[in-house]
Amino acid sequence: MDKEIVEHGFSWNRRRFLSAMGIGIGGMALGSLLMPDLFDGNGLEAGSAPGIPHFAPKAKRVIYLFQNGAPSQQELFDYKPKLREMTGKEIPPSVRGTQRLTGMTAGQSSFPLVGSFVDFKQYGNSRAWISDLLPYTAKIADDLCIIKTMYTEAINHDPALTFIQTGSQQGNRPSMGSWLSYGLGNENKNLPAFTVLLSRGIGNGQGVYSKLWSNGFLDSVHQGVQFSKGEDPVLYLRDQDGMSRKDRREMLDHVSELNELSYTEFGDPEIATRIKQYEMAYRMQSAIPEVMDISKEPDDIVKLYGPDCLVPGTFAANCLLARKLSENGVRFVQLYHQGWDQHGNLPFEIAKQAKDVDQASAALVTDLKQRGLLDETLVIWGGEFGRTSYTQGTLTKENYGRDHHPRCFSIWMAGGGIKPGMVYGETDELGYNIAQDPVHVHDFQATVLNQLGLDHEKLTFKHLGRRYRLTDVSGKVVKGIIA
Amino acid sequence: MRYIAIYPYGDQPLHMKFRAKPGHILSLFLGIIVLILACDRKGAGSYASAPLPDSVSYNFDIRPILSDKCLACHGPDANKRKAGLRMDIAESAYSALKEDPDAHAIVAGKPELSAAYLRISSKDTSLLMPPPASNLTLNQREIELIKKWIAQGAKYERHWAFTPPKKTSLPAVSDKKWPRNEIDYFILAKQEQKGLAPNEEADKERLLKRVALDLTGLPPSLNMMDAFLADKSPDAYEKVVDELMASPAYGEKMALQWLDLARYADSHGFQDDGYRTQWPWRDWVIHAFNGNMHYNQFVTWQLAGDLLPNASMEQLLATGFNRNHKITEEGGVIPEEYRVAYVMDRNDLFGKGILGVTLECARCHDHKYDPFSQKEYYQMYAFFNSVKEVGIESVIGGPETYAKKPLMEISNDDVKKSLPFINKQDSGKLIVSVMGDLDTIRRTHILKRGVYDAPGEEVQPGTPHSIMPFPDAYPKNRLGLAQWLFDTQNPLSARVYVNDLWQEFFGRGIVKTAGDFGMQGELPSHPALLDWLAVDFKEHDWDIKRLVKKMVTSATYRQSAIVTKEKLAVDPDNILLARGPRYRIHAEWVRDLVLASSGLLNPTIGGPSVKPYQPAGLWEGATSGRGLLSIYTQDHGAALYRRGIYTLIKRTVPPASMAIFDASNRDLCEVRRLRTNTPLQALVMLNDPTVLEASRVLAAKLLSEPSDTKDKIIKAFRSIVCRKPLEKEVSILTGYFNDQMKSIDPATAHKILSVGEYPIPKGMDESQLAAMMRVVTTIYNMEESITKS
Repeated sequence: MDKEIVEHGFSWNRRRFLSAMGIGIGGMALGSLLMPDLFDGNGLEAGSAPGIPHFAPKAKRVIYLFQNGAPSQQELFDYKPKLREMTGKEIPPSVRGTQRLTGMTAGQSSFPLVGSFVDFKQYGNSRAWISDLLPYTAKIADDLCIIKTMYTEAINHDPALTFIQTGSQQGNRPSMGSWLSYGLGNENKNLPAFTVLLSRGIGNGQGVYSKLWSNGFLDSVHQGVQFSKGEDPVLYLRDQDGMSRKDRREMLDHVSELNELSYTEFGDPEIATRIKQYEMAYRMQSAIPEVMDISKEPDDIVKLYGPDCLVPGTFAANCLLARKLSENGVRFVQLYHQGWDQHGNLPFEIAKQAKDVDQASAALVTDLKQRGLLDETLVIWGGEFGRTSYTQGTLTKENYGRDHHPRCFSIWMAGGGIKPGMVYGETDELGYNIAQDPVHVHDFQATVLNQLGLDHEKLTFKHLGRRYRLTDVSGKVVKGIIA
Repeated sequence: MRYIAIYPYGDQPLHMKFRAKPGHILSLFLGIIVLILACDRKGAGSYASAPLPDSVSYNFDIRPILSDKCLACHGPDANKRKAGLRMDIAESAYSALKEDPDAHAIVAGKPELSAAYLRISSKDTSLLMPPPASNLTLNQREIELIKKWIAQGAKYERHWAFTPPKKTSLPAVSDKKWPRNEIDYFILAKQEQKGLAPNEEADKERLLKRVALDLTGLPPSLNMMDAFLADKSPDAYEKVVDELMASPAYGEKMALQWLDLARYADSHGFQDDGYRTQWPWRDWVIHAFNGNMHYNQFVTWQLAGDLLPNASMEQLLATGFNRNHKITEEGGVIPEEYRVAYVMDRNDLFGKGILGVTLECARCHDHKYDPFSQKEYYQMYAFFNSVKEVGIESVIGGPETYAKKPLMEISNDDVKKSLPFINKQDSGKLIVSVMGDLDTIRRTHILKRGVYDAPGEEVQPGTPHSIMPFPDAYPKNRLGLAQWLFDTQNPLSARVYVNDLWQEFFGRGIVKTAGDFGMQGELPSHPALLDWLAVDFKEHDWDIKRLVKKMVTSATYRQSAIVTKEKLAVDPDNILLARGPRYRIHAEWVRDLVLASSGLLNPTIGGPSVKPYQPAGLWEGATSGRGLLSIYTQDHGAALYRRGIYTLIKRTVPPASMAIFDASNRDLCEVRRLRTNTPLQALVMLNDPTVLEASRVLAAKLLSEPSDTKDKIIKAFRSIVCRKPLEKEVSILTGYFNDQMKSIDPATAHKILSVGEYPIPKGMDESQLAAMMRVVTTIYNMEESITKS
């Protein structure tokens, strides 16, 4: 019905009007945050220097399940029996080296090692070690590529988060999703190319910041659009009470009519763009609630993601939503789940955090797979840095904490042309340093871009005289994990 | 003609290049027409095949190519230089090549003997420059330009922006009647060269709206419109300009651009993002503009007010400028890492905001394009490196954390005696972060790779040699730096501020890249005009109001904004200004226009920032849960209706409706806002309670007046669009009102009206009010309403 109203309202006359002005050709979506496929390959781009994609893409879309606060790799993916053995012993200076410490442990007089309180088992063909905290994740081990040797340059949350998302610790650069929106545009003209979903566990939390999904110096059409729970999933999307779709259509028809008069007088193309943006806004008002509606999901899907998926704003609900958005062509879906900053009380908190995310993370991969979408969707799971092998604060039998650790941390990737069922990289026996195959944050970013058919050295934007890129001035594609 | 550099797609994102705004799509199509009409235009579509100029200029034709395509490896950065060759310096380019002493990169007059030319035109990819691996290529025209330049003698010139500006005589024009002041001669001369003629003067209503928005950020009132329409005297316009510039709103308008530049905000900016009380500095900026403090004094106080002899409290407060940067409160950081970041932030602001150069590019290595060495970066840095500050002073907490040392405390007595412009509303303690140096200078070292814990050679305060060496006579501190800045020989300071103001009034700087006057920046569209204005500004003692008045009273500014197909084809970006500026107004003015036209605006100046309506959960959804700003406690009453400039800016979650309209997030110095046109903006105008409440309030006001429907609609239209509506417009809106009167039932009306906290007058017919409210909302959603046109 909405469609009829659109067609009726955006009358043939109006379309003729726009096309007579030479601006109807691009259809409704020109200049919007919703990039049409209309011009793909029709020659208009010819002569434009950077040919995009730079090579055949493996993945079309990304879902990034960001674990905000830095999950401890020792309790999740990096199995270290030796560390357990040495619990209570001081970390050898040869291992610690010159690693700078955060202000939180810089004053600590001793650095006793602490092994994981939880057991690990091996799963899948790759015999990957996965902790008992992640039973669902363990079941999909053969779909995962676990990277144990990520490392970063920052040792505090704000700069580390900003670094992994934008390639720079200091901010004001475009986020990964913005780069992809800029490079590849969108597949669905009714939804933004880059969407953001937030949730929070009970563990010690760190804030998230809208600068993390900022467009930086790129056009703001590439900004991440936050979808939230509740009645207004996108800011200002919902009409006020008493405004029916028909009422809205009528008002917009009058707005358009008035704007057309203005266009006739001034001839300013911006007016035509504005007319189209109003039509786009109208379409978003239908399209977004539709995609956000999970009430029609069948029981087996609800069961797969777990009962929390029916509670808006939970990580599970966001995972399900991520699948729907991605399935509908959203280029980059970014989730943040807060609560992974276990400086103290780690055993208790991390168990809860893991329980929050385990089932739904695995369900998302399984669900994409059963829909035949995993091949073209890259799923990423991980935080901004790792945690120390030694304890922060007092070590007791039941309790300990871990400080920030930039030298190694674990993430996993699935689908999108990444080798399934493998573990990449190895840390030393205490899980403090990388023993082989290090993956710098810029390497990781280069690899993500690579899977989408983009050369990280060529995807640039010239701003204030410099060609910027997501990977700043370094980064190598991690060939070893590419299928 | 070749001095007009037009790169319409130069810094558009890839996608915007071919599938974005109709303006750009249009210009793509029209590129073909342009080729025929104006073959020397340097547009992306036509550039490659435009004929070469008769005489090739180094500054305007060659340097942009070298800078963009060659200097990364053959430029100022000594560490990255390949083959020991510099192409930005004549001596190096002319001398024998290190790798092949018989050859020379450039042999003046002989391209066929110049290795540079041979390499860029080589068919052998192992010899070709730039090498394919660089992802850079030269097009045929660029190669031909370089060939011709070498053939004509390969003369190098100093970069235009690093040579002090000179006032040239006004160019001759054919149409002697059109110019109103000096600006117009420069503008008209260029147009005449292109075969263009300026538009007629804008009609009085359009012109008044334009100038009122530009000088006060507010739409003209109905009274002002009526008076101006009635005033038939020849200087009616000058009088209204004077009136607007005398209004206190002038200071607020002028302040906005400076607050972006100075990255002013109400939170500390990192992690928990706690509250700060830096707003008295913002009140001072407004006060300074209203008092027409001259630019040299305005900047000197902000840079070095604390170092002036017997510094007053006001001078000290002004130095808050250099403490507006983000300051961490994240427990566990390494203090020195952050202290260094603060110094760099100041240095980069000084570079980008005041000098218009990308100094920050020389943080980790010598600048790759501009002649600034890494050493010079740290020499500048040294001026800002002795502040009595620490990287982290406190974690998130109570009022004692709302400013960081060095700070000043402002009592109610201080306000009464020396700082009357501060809108302090209670008797609580008020602290502001300001500047103050250590008793002994902190030593400054080059930081290798820009890293705080990798100090190299020690350096002394100094300025980049290529801009202007630091005279011995000046003290080597921030006060001396201010003297250097306002030295008559400084080539940049006047040009940069003139350009900032020009951008504000004309929508686009004479140098489009307002923060980059260096080699990679765009060339000025009207270099002689920029220089004339810069020198004139200096000669009149940096008088800002005088300069503003000159701009807005020019015939150039007063033109109608109508754009014909012909002009759109020749000059889609209006670089030649053969039509008046037509732009969607800044985020803050959108809000102000809505509030002012409805009568809701609270004109109070200054004071702590306020929290108007904001969608629920924005702060709460993204917080760590700590600090005053973890929960958004919306204000009530008069505080809901303050100007946009007073909306509280929490850096990590900036005000949503403003961000959607491209407001700065105040993270770092910003001198040029994007100007986008998106569906989210449509949604704000349709559904933001601010707009809906204003619609309701204006509707109620109109309905309480004894006039007929048509007159009410005309009045609403005039209040918002600032002109009398056309008959057709009135009939569309009246028809809409009548339809709505029929279709809105009382229950629906009640729902429609229940938006906003401003009370509804008793005894109103709710259905009628709801219908009129929708009409008013419709008018707010007209493109013209939030446009200066």
